[in-house]
Amino acid sequence: MTATANTAYLRTTPAERLPPPAAHGGLVGWLRANLFSSLGNTVLTLICVGFIAWAVPQLLRFFVFDAVWSGADRDACLASPANPEPGACWAFVRVWFSYFVYGFYPYGLRWRVDLFFVALAFGIAWLAWLSAPRRDIGAVYFFIVLPILSYVLLSGVPLIGLASVPTSLWGGILVTIVVATVGIVVSLPLGIFLALGRRSKIPVVKLFAVTFIEFVRGVPLITVLFMASVMLPLFVPERFAPEKLVRALIGVALFASAYMAEVVRGGLAAVPRGQYEAAQALGLPHWRMMALIILPQALRVTLPNIVNTFIALFKDTSLVFAVGIFDFLRTIEAARVDPRWATPVTSVTGYAFAALFYFICCYGMSSYARGVESRLARAHRR
Amino acid sequence: MPKIVSYSSRNSRRAGYIALQAGLVVIVGGLAYAAVVNAAQNLAQAHIASGFGFWNNTAGFDISQTLIAYSSSTSTFGRAFWVGLLNTLLVAGIGIVLATVLGFVIGIARLSRNWLVARLAGSYVELIRNVPLLLQLLFWYNAVLKSLPELRGSVALPGGGFLNNRGLFLPRPEFGAGFGYVVIALLFGLAATIALRLWARRRQDRTSEPVRMLWFGFGLIVILPLAVFALTGAPLRFSFPDMGRFNVMGGVEILPEFAALVVALTVYTAAFIAEVVRAGVLAVAHGQTEAAQALGLRSHTTLRLVVVPQAMRVIVPPLTSQYLNLIKNSSLAVAIGYPDLVQVFAGSVLNITGQAVEVIAVTMAVYLTISLVISLFMNLYGYALNVAGR
Repeated sequence: MTATANTAYLRTTPAERLPPPAAHGGLVGWLRANLFSSLGNTVLTLICVGFIAWAVPQLLRFFVFDAVWSGADRDACLASPANPEPGACWAFVRVWFSYFVYGFYPYGLRWRVDLFFVALAFGIAWLAWLSAPRRDIGAVYFFIVLPILSYVLLSGVPLIGLASVPTSLWGGILVTIVVATVGIVVSLPLGIFLALGRRSKIPVVKLFAVTFIEFVRGVPLITVLFMASVMLPLFVPERFAPEKLVRALIGVALFASAYMAEVVRGGLAAVPRGQYEAAQALGLPHWRMMALIILPQALRVTLPNIVNTFIALFKDTSLVFAVGIFDFLRTIEAARVDPRWATPVTSVTGYAFAALFYFICCYGMSSYARGVESRLARAHRR
Repeated sequence: MPKIVSYSSRNSRRAGYIALQAGLVVIVGGLAYAAVVNAAQNLAQAHIASGFGFWNNTAGFDISQTLIAYSSSTSTFGRAFWVGLLNTLLVAGIGIVLATVLGFVIGIARLSRNWLVARLAGSYVELIRNVPLLLQLLFWYNAVLKSLPELRGSVALPGGGFLNNRGLFLPRPEFGAGFGYVVIALLFGLAATIALRLWARRRQDRTSEPVRMLWFGFGLIVILPLAVFALTGAPLRFSFPDMGRFNVMGGVEILPEFAALVVALTVYTAAFIAEVVRAGVLAVAHGQTEAAQALGLRSHTTLRLVVVPQAMRVIVPPLTSQYLNLIKNSSLAVAIGYPDLVQVFAGSVLNITGQAVEVIAVTMAVYLTISLVISLFMNLYGYALNVAGR
């Protein structure tokens, strides 16, 4: 005891209390840590604040405060004493809205399109909600019942009293959704088959699968669409030549299948080898092993990637314009140049509306993918 | 009693495989044969020639941007093909360089410790990735570039250029007699810098003394060519664009179609490259940075020697596929009328000749070749990185 007390380098009295750090917590602390931690950071922050202060009020002014919300023709959206610098011409979107949604689908029959949208939304919700009851029936509904129902509703079967509507009258969001849905419904099963084919030990099957996948992934969608629209009619006897929309659907579906195959292959590769061995040890034949043990796990692991492929597919549906189909973007293009609405802001408004639609759909899908991903990560950690 | 797979049942399974393969070949071959027969019949009915005889026929249509000499009255379809291909490569090459730069900047900004910078970069990525490229392209072309002032109200740019809704007109450099020496000096400077750098690295490995390369490199690459440029009497003149009544004469013309395509491809692909870069940097384990700091490396050196080499190994494969996507996406040129391969060849040439099979096959073959060549180079590069990293 005495030895320590005599040691010169040991304190005998408690140190004086330091004041607490200036701002370590709370708002000020957060600001300091995240925005003003150094000189360079402060400069960056100021530049960003300047940019936001410059851009956001202008965007708000253009799209909300100075925007024209109603009107019958272009005069509403031209500069006037009341509104010297008119913003977005939402009146134009309102007037053309039903054209953007249905194209030239006959007025009296548009309830069929609405019903199709509802049936589709129901199917998507059933499959996307991971803890929904009987998702196996949901899959049957989505991949078998829904396509038939959609065809009956949209195209019409005169036999049961639904007047037939030629696809040349379809347009707008309806066509975009149809192309995307057909792409999804066809590409998922076909992609699974191609992925299994690519991993197959049978040389010819593997060769066909690899050739198809690599070929399609190596060329732009536009050329695939051109091929479907120009070459397909040549390859079949003249009377069987499919109509324009069907040709584009075939092109999109084949294109999406190749990408889906690669995604599914990634999922298959992620299933541990032991799962195959365990299934084989139980004596399951190849196809039952795949269907009961491997694929469910592979698809679950790769679900976020599948959704990302759907997002890409959904955006790519806009390319069907190249073969003369009136999808949503094409209807915007057609309406935009209407002389009755020719104003300096019409184009920007049309594109902003289209961007909003695509953004909401794609952002929704990608949020869903992220949600599934974090759920999977949690399950994985456990 | 457990069932034993007998030799004969294995044999029968083998026979089944062979039968399956044979069946598949017969089905696919049969479909292909039927397609060919039908195509021949349909083409004969429509009186459309087949084969590549059209390749040397006169094209007879104009192309708005030609990097090689082309005239509608004398040039052939084959020439038009090369014009379109070069335009595709030009737009893709410039797009790849710009998208890489922008993508790396935004990817790193997303990782910034500055909350606002990270958020802004994140919003950019979300906004751009969730809107179709075609829509963005049409926006840049129709809503931005086409709404620029007309010829009369052209915006005069500093340095003697004009900007109007017909395009961007810039001074055209004209190289004088001695300019070749400047190019030689520049190439020499580059080669010397690389050689010096190799020597410096070897010396550092031997003696662990770093050599300051910056000023040597600067002198060799910048000062030397500039000195040669001055000595040869500055053999560079500019021909300035001249505003006529109906058109702009002289100078270099950058078509609005070209500009819109480059901007749209750059902005769109940069968002994807940013994600690739971000994922790559995040993939480097945090322990690596900490270990480097524990060794006393500065943050800059840590980044250069520890983080970037490991991140690059993760980044290169997805970056390659983004480059390939950009090249394939450049075919959207057809929507705004930029004369790329698809617009010129699968558009104009196809419409004039009607030879769909040949034209589409050639177009697809070109994209396939480009894809394969780039994948090959990037695989080699990735292989070299992996080897060096081990």
